Amino acid sequence: MAVFAILAVALIASAIGVISARNPVHSVVALLANFAALAVLYLTLSGEFLAMIQIIVYSGAILILFIFVIALLGAGTSIEAPGPNRLTKLTLPALIVGALALVALGYGLLRAQIPSGGGMLGAATVLPVSRGEIPAVTITPGAEGAFGSVADFGRALFTTYLLPFELTAFVLLVAVIGVVVLAGAAVPERRRKAAEREAIAKPERPMGATR
Amino acid sequence: MVPVQMSVDPNAYAALSALMFFIGVLGVVLRRNPLITLMSIELMWNAANLSFMAYSRAWLNNAGHIFTFLVITVAAAEAAIGLAIVVILFRPRAQSNVDDAMLLKG
Repeated sequence: MAVFAILAVALIASAIGVISARNPVHSVVALLANFAALAVLYLTLSGEFLAMIQIIVYSGAILILFIFVIALLGAGTSIEAPGPNRLTKLTLPALIVGALALVALGYGLLRAQIPSGGGMLGAATVLPVSRGEIPAVTITPGAEGAFGSVADFGRALFTTYLLPFELTAFVLLVAVIGVVVLAGAAVPERRRKAAEREAIAKPERPMGATR
Repeated sequence: MVPVQMSVDPNAYAALSALMFFIGVLGVVLRRNPLITLMSIELMWNAANLSFMAYSRAWLNNAGHIFTFLVITVAAAEAAIGLAIVVILFRPRAQSNVDDAMLLKG
């Protein structure tokens, strides 16, 4: 419980740091702290594999991508542009919708049912337990095929959830193509046209010949 | 290895996740630096992931872990595309503002 409280405070504080920092680099650092706290939270939830994935993929790849873009654009000094925020007209409707969402969420949390046993969702016996009661399930970390271990996760990923896993590859392919189309058009039009003209003019040049 | 029980109510994790999601929404609404907007979106992805993990543990069902894995993948793709758009937005001028991105307005 103490661990959870400390991690919760760290998580919320770093999240507030992300959105309140003036400098995007400070936001990235706060986001790094946020992801680290989140990874430890995953560990408290027996999600060993995903805690590592969180560190490797999020902190190692995505945040570095942010840092690269900040460095590439020299945006360390970029402040938000002056001028009126055009979203202020929406403040009242946003507050109403937000309050409604909060009420719905609180109602859902109060009515939530925590399962008393393990197993698949359909097979679990759902008992409406009182709030705060601990599900009486113990997990032995490091045991063969324990819940949340790499073996457990991998078996599910490559058997039951193989199709979603394969579709992930398609999503990543689309992302790669999108990035190349969006940001890869850096070659100036004039230079490309010249290169094309040259290629048409000298079609008989042998492959690999140097200029 | 010591067997561990889930010592915290999963609803506490869900409340934490909701708070984090709310902070992410605030970041998208209030901040106009596109990089910080993207980071706020990452916060929201991770808030959803935390809920998945908590209830996955409570139900002892792997599906939440798989979903978290897929969400991380999609978030990576989204970050790549979003950052590419940011690069395009920043390129012509020194300063950028999401309100200036009105190309779709015709």
